[in-house]
Amino acid sequence: MKRSNRREFLSQAFKYGLWSLGATPMISAILSGCEMLDNIAESGPTIELGDYTIDTKAIAKKGQSVSKTFEDFTPEQEYYIGRTVGARVLQKYPPYDNPRANQYLNVMGQMLAQASDCPETFGGYHFLIQDSDEINALAAPGGFIFVTRGILRCCPNEDAVAAVLAHEIGHVQYKHGLQSIKQSRITSALTSLAIDSAKEYGDADLAKLTETFEESISDISQKLIVNGYSRSFEYQADVSAISITKRAGYNPYGLVDMLNQMKIQLKPDRQDFAKTHPSPDSRLAEIQAYIGKNSVVTSPPTRQSRFKAALGSI
Amino acid sequence: MPKFKSILITSLLVTLTGLTVFALEQKLMSIQVKKGTVRSQPSFLGKVVAELNYGDQVAVQNVKGPWYFIDRPGGSPDGWMHSSALSTKKIVLKPGASDVDKAASSDELTLAGKGFNQQVENDFKSKNPNVDFTWINKMEKMDVSQNQIQNFVEEGKLSPQGAQ
Repeated sequence: MKRSNRREFLSQAFKYGLWSLGATPMISAILSGCEMLDNIAESGPTIELGDYTIDTKAIAKKGQSVSKTFEDFTPEQEYYIGRTVGARVLQKYPPYDNPRANQYLNVMGQMLAQASDCPETFGGYHFLIQDSDEINALAAPGGFIFVTRGILRCCPNEDAVAAVLAHEIGHVQYKHGLQSIKQSRITSALTSLAIDSAKEYGDADLAKLTETFEESISDISQKLIVNGYSRSFEYQADVSAISITKRAGYNPYGLVDMLNQMKIQLKPDRQDFAKTHPSPDSRLAEIQAYIGKNSVVTSPPTRQSRFKAALGSI
Repeated sequence: MPKFKSILITSLLVTLTGLTVFALEQKLMSIQVKKGTVRSQPSFLGKVVAELNYGDQVAVQNVKGPWYFIDRPGGSPDGWMHSSALSTKKIVLKPGASDVDKAASSDELTLAGKGFNQQVENDFKSKNPNVDFTWINKMEKMDVSQNQIQNFVEEGKLSPQGAQ
């Protein structure tokens, strides 16, 4: 059951007083059932971690589900993955040290995150401009969001900047980054939770876990920087951008303004963004069904003047 | 008359059983973020009445959309939390051997500080000294207050509907 469906169900349960009728254990069972994962095969492989060998078959015999997916990373682990992916992203494009512009982006970004379906992450959302002419925007797991000066130059108004940030919040919300990690690493990382009860990992376990960590970071960075997400992930993030900007009170056509400008500015010799994203035209076509009737973004003067003041010379 | 009496007694028993089970079975959830904010209203505009820590357990008493009204047993004031800050699993902050064993065979427990953690990040840093975390740490320190957000909304003439 998806988070929103579960929430709706709980809401209805309260509405009809199911809990007061003592139905809580039943509801609880249903809900935890929704979160159950597929059982691992009876004859599971063994996993070697440092000095330990884990027989997944033996674990399966305990009669519970232990198959691990990206959804089993705790928000805390997602946060550590996000920090390192973010540091990797900053190796590609350096930070743009402009406190005013970054502050403007952070206030707007927090406001947009609060209008999303996932406003709270383990360490919260954070936004940073990168000093590059390349047109790009990236989100690391847990809410570390990066936008280049190049993509901000594709934004003629604040509503368009909001669409860029909201698109990235969409990637965070759907955990698209974590979904790029190969299954073998997820199994290795999450099964390692069962091997050690000491406060700190011993040398051998730590070395193995760090190796899995490095490989996981590499899977995500490769996807973000080199290969790009699937078209369906990008469209999903565009739909989030429309929904979040609408909820926040922006005109969702800010996204259209940005994509139209991007079409003009994307140059053949700057292939990074074009390589990792569907073309602006196909994105424009895809969002038609969600964005509502045609509208022209007319920012109130105070909104436009603060946008100019913060990003006018970007 | 006796029939009426027995119906009355049965109804009372059913109600009492229901109430007892309700009291015993309040749904417990855990704070799954670093800093859990409890508010006076089911909205980010609600005044902050308490801040809870990672792993703290709360009892959910009501639900309004994505907002849960929670009670911290024997603790700080009641209030509303956004559901994305809460987990149905119990979070064990300093897991011992029995917790590790339980977690291996159950979906009910989360072990804090296990798996990819600070120790792994430190080990990664020592092996990859060229990866610089300075700006990641700076990003985390770029704090934004709810007042700043509110001023931003008013100045920009935005009309947020809030999280749905």
